[in-house]
Amino acid sequence: MIEIDKVSKWYGQFQVLTDCTTRIAKGEVVVVCGPSGSGKSTLIKCVNGLEPFQSGSILVDGTSVGAPGTNLPKLRSRVGMVFQHFELFPHLSITENLCLAQIKVLGRNADEAREKGLQLLDRVGLKAHAAKFPGQLSGGQQQRVAIARALAMDPIAMLFDEPTSALDPEMINEVLDVMTQLAAEGMTMMCVTHEMGFARRVAHRVIFMDQGQIVEDAAKDDFFGAPRSERAQQFLSKILQH
Amino acid sequence: MDLNLDWGVLLQESPTGDGPYWQLLWTGAKWTVATALTGWALALLVGSIVGVMRTLPYKPLAWLGDAYVEVVRNIPLLVQLFFWFFVWPELLPREIGLWYKQDMPYPEFITAALALGWFTAARVAEQVKSGILSLPRGQKNAALALGFTLPQTYRLVVLPQAFRIVIPPLTSEFMNIFKNSAAALAIGLTELTFQMKQMVEYSNEVIVSIAAVTTIYMVMAFAVNRGMAWLERKSRIPGMIGGGR
Repeated sequence: MIEIDKVSKWYGQFQVLTDCTTRIAKGEVVVVCGPSGSGKSTLIKCVNGLEPFQSGSILVDGTSVGAPGTNLPKLRSRVGMVFQHFELFPHLSITENLCLAQIKVLGRNADEAREKGLQLLDRVGLKAHAAKFPGQLSGGQQQRVAIARALAMDPIAMLFDEPTSALDPEMINEVLDVMTQLAAEGMTMMCVTHEMGFARRVAHRVIFMDQGQIVEDAAKDDFFGAPRSERAQQFLSKILQH
Repeated sequence: MDLNLDWGVLLQESPTGDGPYWQLLWTGAKWTVATALTGWALALLVGSIVGVMRTLPYKPLAWLGDAYVEVVRNIPLLVQLFFWFFVWPELLPREIGLWYKQDMPYPEFITAALALGWFTAARVAEQVKSGILSLPRGQKNAALALGFTLPQTYRLVVLPQAFRIVIPPLTSEFMNIFKNSAAALAIGLTELTFQMKQMVEYSNEVIVSIAAVTTIYMVMAFAVNRGMAWLERKSRIPGMIGGGR
């Protein structure tokens, strides 16, 4: 589904990604972790072309992201993305947030889009808030709406860029529950997150990044059981203590 | 102190043949409003386009926008008025230039509206650009990630938010264009300040003339201010900073 092959990226002289290679199969849930500044957010943004990269290639469902002729809007409309800061559109109601791209990008009619949107809103448990504006919801609720908004596009895969990092602790679980349910339904997911509990429960594979490189790419049990690299061991010992 | 003001002069017939003095000022006020509103329409249109250009990921367009703003902001309005009145027709193709100088209707009005419009556009562009840049970067990314094209992203997500943010600074610019229109007397537009000068010369009631015109300008600026405040209230978003509940 997602094939990342020897991807490197520079900001000027500074190399942020070095020869990153991995693949995510259909239905697979992969957690990407690592210390801050390790390039994990940059890597996930390369997958739908929000960040350009200078060498290597990324294929999403067979389409090359970096190739000059690629219709990026079309590709992005098929890959859902959830951001750290939710990024709901504050000037639109929750319903409008859910419908806008369905109508303007996919060409669905208003009724169809509305029905789909409300159905997904119900699924994330927020149907009662359809007429509100994003600023009137809590962070956890906004993030659940953001997930519903991405799902409304019927994506073939979902990218999560630290979806719980900006949330108050008591709101993290409501978001992780939605993600867990999504994984159980077989959605292909790439999640940048520090939630090791989620990784342990839900992920099939864990990728550990450090200084722009994929240091470890292992099945979940191998990663948590006996990480091979010293750097990953250090990271885990720090993050699992609390 | 005895100012000896004769307010009755406003009702006296002026020797210009335009009726009583109050009518002289009324005609001026109409030209001022027409010039300011036409200029504002142009400023809003051009300013928005230039402001957007300066935020685009295409270097030449952004550079062009920056250059326009720098040039226009650094030249006095009065000089720009003279440019549009005397120099611009010489730069046009001969035929059109001749028409501009000889046959174009209301040449002072059109020139003043053009000059004020292009001048104010640079200032509007600056506000629009800063409004766009003040949005979280993630908003643009979120829109792109949903599959919107860049024009859709601006139209549906970026600009509706940016324009709401810049209503207060745009209010100042809108008021400024009314006040700046006084400069058009230099090219002979019979706007409010021009008429004030006429009234001063013919009636010798300096203080009454200036007081009357001052009042009219203040009423105009106040109306703009209230109108924009109404617009700001109407476009307020529930749950956003400064928004209603």
